[in-house]
Amino acid sequence: MASSSHVVYVQNRSIIVPGDIVAYGDVEIATPNYLQRIEDGRVMATVTGLIDIQQVNDRIRLSVIPLKGRYIPKEGDIVIGIVTDIGITAWFLDIRAPFPGVLNATDYLGRPFNPATDNLRKYLDVGDVVIAKVAQFDRTRDPILTVQDKGLGKVVEGSLIEIEPCRVPRVIGKRRSMINMLMELTRCNIVVGNNGRILLKCPNPEIEAVAILAIKKIEAEAHTSGLTERIREFIIEEKIRRGLMNHGVS
Amino acid sequence: MVSVKEKPPLIVDGKRIDGRRPDELRPIRIELGVLKNADGSALVEYGNTKVLAAVYGPREVLPKHIAMTDRAVIRCRYRMLSFSAEERKSPAPSRREIELSKVIREALEPAVMTELYPRTTIDIFIEVLNADGGTRTAGVTAAALALADAGIPMRDLVAGVAVGKVDGVLVLDINEIEDMYGEADMPVAAMPGLNKITLLQLNGVLTPEEFRQALSMALMGIRKIYELQKEALRKKYASTTEE
Repeated sequence: MASSSHVVYVQNRSIIVPGDIVAYGDVEIATPNYLQRIEDGRVMATVTGLIDIQQVNDRIRLSVIPLKGRYIPKEGDIVIGIVTDIGITAWFLDIRAPFPGVLNATDYLGRPFNPATDNLRKYLDVGDVVIAKVAQFDRTRDPILTVQDKGLGKVVEGSLIEIEPCRVPRVIGKRRSMINMLMELTRCNIVVGNNGRILLKCPNPEIEAVAILAIKKIEAEAHTSGLTERIREFIIEEKIRRGLMNHGVS
Repeated sequence: MVSVKEKPPLIVDGKRIDGRRPDELRPIRIELGVLKNADGSALVEYGNTKVLAAVYGPREVLPKHIAMTDRAVIRCRYRMLSFSAEERKSPAPSRREIELSKVIREALEPAVMTELYPRTTIDIFIEVLNADGGTRTAGVTAAALALADAGIPMRDLVAGVAVGKVDGVLVLDINEIEDMYGEADMPVAAMPGLNKITLLQLNGVLTPEEFRQALSMALMGIRKIYELQKEALRKKYASTTEE
């Protein structure tokens, strides 16, 4: 490879804002929506976010983790939707995206559906919460949802909270480290939707309050490092304070 | 509408009526995320001019037929509140407000990467809380910040400022009195990072030489505002890191 000429003007993990020149020359851009090339080879940021600089095979790879933004569906995403409207053969779900999620009756029931003899309202009514997966989405049509997979379907119990969709990756953590730690320490069952809705099933309301506080803390501090350890300490502290755990006894 | 008063001397000893030098901006204050329900919001003050901008979206387009299949629709509304001017402004949208809504939208459209969000809308609301000249340029500055605060990808931030000619002198960031008694008023908005002008209006008379000088003054002011915009965006997250 020819010696690549490039300069990176910012430090790894620093905050960038639209209009910031982050680099010059031969660099790889992993998030083309958030970094643009302008004339004479400079690379400019388009959103407020954290810059991630990585060295991949002799080349610098730049990516941006945005700090705010609406949820845009992606095929394969797990989303938690709320039924807002009932059609003849499909439900329409609010998935916090600019488009309604379409859940077809045949998909939900797993069998053919005849609107002449059957009524959708019997199965899901307005306000019901559904965990679903985005099956199809190509920006020319509204996203099609499916519940034909493990862990998907109507939600009958638990608490629902909402966070910024772009901070979901921090709640899950690298190789699910954060979410596993949360579930282990609180003994709650937590389902995180990519659209920023989180479903909690906890053994008691006290520990649920701790889990919610922890998730809100992750959301507020999503752009800082060393977060998993800080959250672990926070949960233990809260549990001791609320008498849910004794000192020194695990 | 305007009470007839004697024209005051606008330039005394090279200083303007509010004590500024001709090429000096008014003190600028920027606050971000002031509205909870909006996806992005900003409050911008140029001296006594105070403008609030709120951005919603990208969200579902209603009515559906105005949606575009290849990009997001930007809707913009500029409004002056009844109490924003010295005399009560009728709350009905005036011809001037409708025109400024369009002009501001067109100043922002080149910056927003609308092609990333087809079949959606981005709604921008600009409310003038207190008017003391330069409300449209403060509106553009505030709206660009609100868009950035909403996390909408932008090619560059847009900032605006007006240049005027009063008593034969070119002055930056004119206020209400200078606008009222001045000879010319030229609002300019630009994307300084890309070196592109997105809004340029001229009300009054300037010679070609004056025009060139006025434009470079405006761009200088815009660059200063642009830096303040970036600083405000950065500060929003820097402050949460310390907590």
